[in-house]
Amino acid sequence: MTARERVTGTVANYVDERTGAAKWMKKNLTKVFPDHWSFLLGEIVLYSFIILLLSGTFLTFWFDPSQREVLYDGSYEPLQGLHMSAAYASTLHISFEIRGGLLMRQIHHWAALIFMAGMVVHLMRVYFTGAFRKPREFNWIIGVGLLTLGIVEGFLGYSLPDDLLSGTGIRIAEAIIQALPVVGSYLAFFAFDGAFPGEAFIPRIFTVHVLLLPGIFLALITVHLMLVWYQKHTQWPGPGRTEKNVVGYPLMPAYMAKAGGFFFIVFGVTAFLGAVASINPVWLYGPYNPGQISAGSQPDWYMGWLDGLVRMAPPLESYIFGYTIPWNILIPGLIVPGILFTGMALYPFIESWITGDKREHHLLDRPRNVPNRTALGVMSLTFMLVALINGGNDIIATTFSLGINQVMWFSRIGIIVLPPIAFVITKRICLSLQRADRELVLHGRETGRLLMLPHGEFVEVHEPISPELAWKLTAHEQAPALELEDVDARGVRRAGGLKNKLRKRISQANAESIAKPTANDLKEIEHH
Amino acid sequence: MSNEIEAIKDPGLPAHVHRKADTDPVAEKRAERQVAILFLISALGTLLFIFAYYFIPEDVFVFFPVLGNTNAHQLVLGLGLAIALFFIGAAAIHWAKTLMPDEEVIAMRHTMRSDDEDRDALVVTVKERAGAAGLGRRSLIKRSMGLSLGLIGLSPLVLLRDLGPLPGDDLTKTSWNAGTRLVTDPGDRPIRPEDLEVGAVAQVLPEHIGEERRHLSDIAKDAVLLIRIRPEEFQLSPERLSWTYDGIIAFSKICSHMGCAVALYEQTTKHLLCPCHQSTFDVPRAAKVIFGPAARPLPQLAITVDSEGYLIAQKPFSEPVGPSFWERSS
Repeated sequence: MTARERVTGTVANYVDERTGAAKWMKKNLTKVFPDHWSFLLGEIVLYSFIILLLSGTFLTFWFDPSQREVLYDGSYEPLQGLHMSAAYASTLHISFEIRGGLLMRQIHHWAALIFMAGMVVHLMRVYFTGAFRKPREFNWIIGVGLLTLGIVEGFLGYSLPDDLLSGTGIRIAEAIIQALPVVGSYLAFFAFDGAFPGEAFIPRIFTVHVLLLPGIFLALITVHLMLVWYQKHTQWPGPGRTEKNVVGYPLMPAYMAKAGGFFFIVFGVTAFLGAVASINPVWLYGPYNPGQISAGSQPDWYMGWLDGLVRMAPPLESYIFGYTIPWNILIPGLIVPGILFTGMALYPFIESWITGDKREHHLLDRPRNVPNRTALGVMSLTFMLVALINGGNDIIATTFSLGINQVMWFSRIGIIVLPPIAFVITKRICLSLQRADRELVLHGRETGRLLMLPHGEFVEVHEPISPELAWKLTAHEQAPALELEDVDARGVRRAGGLKNKLRKRISQANAESIAKPTANDLKEIEHH
Repeated sequence: MSNEIEAIKDPGLPAHVHRKADTDPVAEKRAERQVAILFLISALGTLLFIFAYYFIPEDVFVFFPVLGNTNAHQLVLGLGLAIALFFIGAAAIHWAKTLMPDEEVIAMRHTMRSDDEDRDALVVTVKERAGAAGLGRRSLIKRSMGLSLGLIGLSPLVLLRDLGPLPGDDLTKTSWNAGTRLVTDPGDRPIRPEDLEVGAVAQVLPEHIGEERRHLSDIAKDAVLLIRIRPEEFQLSPERLSWTYDGIIAFSKICSHMGCAVALYEQTTKHLLCPCHQSTFDVPRAAKVIFGPAARPLPQLAITVDSEGYLIAQKPFSEPVGPSFWERSS
């Protein structure tokens, strides 16, 4: 036994005698993880979160979360002699006097954008491949919660510097709170300790931003990952992969090295962005003053869709018995986002109600093989995209020399018309891709080689595809629509007839597909 | 031929293909060197980072195409850190891909559902334990416990009460009163009508008396825009016309939609535009909403001049300024 082995052994023995970790480690160090680039998207989010914790902690050492008014005498000349909040002054201090401070601020902001973008793309991966199906519905709901909190956390974060742009964002948030029927003005006065802006909101959102929400994130991410670990990762269909097994690389050493290495790659790329790409240059905006604003006020992109919805809302307000209900704020600011996120959270249950499928699924769907789900996803994304475009309508109008009203009317009409069109087109594309798959399996790959037959006819030579590919293209299930009878065995009409009818109708649309080729089809072709 | 549909068969996991480094010692050595080089690049990155921190002055700017004028200290510091981090990752991944075992293995899954035996045993245990505690029988305890647990949830809510004062008339009142002088912002100078040319626009605040600086919360309600057009261009009711002075009309600058500062005035069309959500207000028609999400015109401030010829408010705003709220009556 070498000296190193002896030391390691002693330490390991010490730990195991107190924790019994050896048994668990033995089993889990060889845990199998399937490999695919799309499984790295969630990792990017996790790593961005760690980067946010590290860079954020650094920023708190100098950031002064206070709205106490100070006279700026720092090194940034254009703002010298101006009155501003201590929060803004300390942000300038971090940016101009602390070495590496601006770098860390930019890394923090870029990491936040990557965190949000990663969540959205990870969510799309999970959605379009059906990874949310039983038994993973809890993790889906946790994910939707993390996304929602992420939007709030990001918004609070970029509001902290108390610059002119972020103050305007807070003003809008205050207006949304104030718009709530009955309790609105009370909640707004509680949140801001009096009339807007007051001197309380920076310290308050600071606590929420650095303590409360990160704590909740940490807890939810832990549960999210533990569930992934315990339920084992999903895998793509392919040769040798079934619902009952998991094919991939053991945690130690290759997977560990790859995942650990990937953390440094993500951190490195974020640091590169922080080094070369200026983000949120708050010194250009000036301190917040509710009587001032700059043209082209834009939120970060993950809030942009919400702002876009608010911008396109019709000017509706009701006055009932001397009370005001501002629909132009409530509908785009609370009701529509509420419906969207609730619908998203409930989607796994809605789909299982439509298909009647209550089994566990560990093999992912290729998006084309589930046309309805894919089309619904693209439809939702189209909705969000139109809203996001409208969130930047002023920038688009000035960039492309359009009237702001033109962009607004495009969005107002587009948000209703374009999503259904996107649904239909996507569904047709999915079915066409299924047809192409069927063609490929039955007739093989087009080689591009032309052959002249003795009688002068030209034919293209097709090459049969590998059995592995043929299996991959046909491994999916094609479940028929639900058989729901309107009347029961004794001929009596069932209760809930309308609900049944709806379910039947959706189920039929859901089952629409191009029959996948079978071994029989292949044999028949061989006979020709 | 049978009618049974026969699916295409699963050919099973393909045979493992060895990498070059698995079979060729030369390739293996090469891969090893590559990994080492990547780690060394990272080390150089850290050295660059330290060099930049101590030796590149913070006020040196260098020009790069695309980036423009860039602070050299911040740029090299960041690039050093980026290189240091990125190449650790690149090295680890290259190592894993070339030299660590890459054979796919198969593990079995188990269904999440517990065995029936375990489930039944659980039901028995829970029933027995709960029975022993007598939860089902002791309804007096159950109800009083429910009451106390329900009530204790109220205390944190009660504690939050002092987060802020009640709104009172804070949302409906501003600092504008009859006779309040209009002063420039910034500058705090009183203004005369002749200071404002036709087509001009000015931001004003109520005259502020006392040593203390203005509170932002006051500016958030008091900010007013003064616009001068030709008097014959007004399309106002006689009452509203009497609120203007010689072509000068005053509106609250706080948007009636969500409270942003309505700062963009288009001289040719005489429109006021809010940069937040593009609500557009027509100045000659008492800031009537002509586009965008705002549902109400901007409140108009009645103005006139005092004996010294300075602009003053005739009276307070006749309606609350800023975004809507429940208690607002119209």
